[in-house]
Amino acid sequence: MTQLKSREAILVGAILLLLALVASRFPGFVTPSNLLAVFTDTAPLIILALGQMVVILTRSIDLSVAANLALTGMVCALINVSFPGVPVPVLVALALGLGALMGAINGFLVWKLTIPPIVVTLGTMTIFRGIIFLLTDGSWVNSHQMSAAFKAFPRETIFGLPILGWIAVIVTLILGLVMSRTTLGRAFFAVGGNPHAAVYTGINVGRTQFLSFVISGMLAGLTGYLWVARYAVAFVDIAGGFELDVVAACVIGGVSIAGGIATVGGAVLGALFLGIIKNALPVIDVSPFWQLAISGAAIIIAVTFNSRAGRSKGRVILKSAEHAQ
Amino acid sequence: MKKLTKLLTTAAIATGLFAGAASAEDMRIAVVAKALGIGFFEAAAKGAEEAAAELGDVEIIYTGPTDTTAEGQIEVINSLIAQKVDAIAVSSNDTDALVPTLKKAMQRGITVISWDSGVAEEGRQMHLNPSSNPLIGNMIIKLAADELPEGGQVAILSATTTSTNQNIWIEEMNKVMGNYPGVEVVATVYGDDLADKSYREATGLMQSYPDLDAIIAPTSVGIVAAAQAVVDAGKVGEVNVTGLGLPSEMAGAIESGASKSFAIWNPIDLGYSATMIAYHLAKGDAVAEPGASIPMGRMGEVTLDETNSGAMADPFVYDASNIADFKDIF
Repeated sequence: MTQLKSREAILVGAILLLLALVASRFPGFVTPSNLLAVFTDTAPLIILALGQMVVILTRSIDLSVAANLALTGMVCALINVSFPGVPVPVLVALALGLGALMGAINGFLVWKLTIPPIVVTLGTMTIFRGIIFLLTDGSWVNSHQMSAAFKAFPRETIFGLPILGWIAVIVTLILGLVMSRTTLGRAFFAVGGNPHAAVYTGINVGRTQFLSFVISGMLAGLTGYLWVARYAVAFVDIAGGFELDVVAACVIGGVSIAGGIATVGGAVLGALFLGIIKNALPVIDVSPFWQLAISGAAIIIAVTFNSRAGRSKGRVILKSAEHAQ
Repeated sequence: MKKLTKLLTTAAIATGLFAGAASAEDMRIAVVAKALGIGFFEAAAKGAEEAAAELGDVEIIYTGPTDTTAEGQIEVINSLIAQKVDAIAVSSNDTDALVPTLKKAMQRGITVISWDSGVAEEGRQMHLNPSSNPLIGNMIIKLAADELPEGGQVAILSATTTSTNQNIWIEEMNKVMGNYPGVEVVATVYGDDLADKSYREATGLMQSYPDLDAIIAPTSVGIVAAAQAVVDAGKVGEVNVTGLGLPSEMAGAIESGASKSFAIWNPIDLGYSATMIAYHLAKGDAVAEPGASIPMGRMGEVTLDETNSGAMADPFVYDASNIADFKDIF
């Protein structure tokens, strides 16, 4: 546990260093109001990274999150256009349910048909985007067609932070509780750490993976509505390629791609790190031609630090045996 | 009995084949989009259908890849060649990558033209520009400058760093900057045609340049995202978002006041004109050569320059006065 904490400490240090670097070129970036704006802008990434963290923890991966987000977002937008009277809480519940359903489809294929998760979610990723085509014939849902309440919800501020940001905070707290205080949360760790051992402790590995996909899907669905409402536009390609950002946020946050190692704090910090880079690049006057290379390099550097920090600890289970060598 | 069934089946199939042959007398013109699902191209397809209805003996095959890649378009075009269509009108994702495939199509006697986004000269018979690049470059800065009689700071939010169209327009815009004294372009940023990145870039512009007066976004995703960013930053009235966008997508921005005006050529007219040109070339009653004039139905005619390309018309300006008429069309 102390090891995991030190990994987060490194990440916090990296984020502070990054903020200092940005501030040296553009002081306005570190004003409290702007930091809140950056946090809010990163909220979708945080929510998705938390869902992805659970999936990766169980030795799976969910590449369909961005497509799930786009499809749920589109469905919410279409419902809003056809039935402007549907209240926002109902839409949010619907987004959660629809996202969970899509996650369940992934989970079911992984669990019952034992298809590798990367194959399943690559497939469903394309299917979900395809369904948007079928629903819309490729047309956009635009700002002027959406109701004011639909667009206003994520922007509503409470104590200075927009609801979008609060939702990320709430999701973080809930997942923090689930991962550390519930049987299910511990089962995720057990399944990822050692699936064979998990079976002997009475954990159904497939079912646990299924539930991880449901959680990831549910959060993707929720983000779908928030995304569409925030940018006030829905079309087939929204959040294209975003699944890679989500996986990158997890990896930066110290989530082991091999499964078994992850922390809620790490995933959130990983997402924040990426979010700060994304928000800082436009204001620090770096040539756009360098921006991609810079964000890529930052990811690799962060991961290098993480893996080095993780490696020195190893997985020593018998301290006495190590000392005996 | 079995023989009889067989005979009947054969007869039925033969009838089917003849029926196929009969409808194949219609000229089949394939309109290939950069990608399906983009409002602009869906509108162009409408125009193509309009031209087909006017001509009578034309069948439109509207198709394209699901994402904006040259590879996807090559696949689509190969299948069109296999279907032996009479003409292909393509808006390309890559100037050069499509050339070998399109050459193959021309060798098989298929009329090939490009429209909107062009193909290198050897890969097509002619190219129809929606407008001329100098006219567009001038239009986007004029839209911003008209609102700034005293001069001011403007910034550009483009698509990707490698987008051919946007780069040419920005270049043409820079050439005429001398005609707009006092207007200064302070930055050019790239939103990669992603809503979230464009939004972030626009927000960044307003932070980096607190006195910014206008954001010019010559791309439909970027202009919508920039307008939303201006609304969220509470800078409506201070920062005017303009550039190129579709009326249906920009109606909200005009309504909120984030955008005073923007321009676009009419994609319906563009699809219509491309179809008309493809029809006349495939029919053989017009030839694509430098200096030639090719009729485009209600749009008049296009005159080709030395690279066999021509411009359809001036970009059309949309603002609060006419947005309502167009927002439901495209």
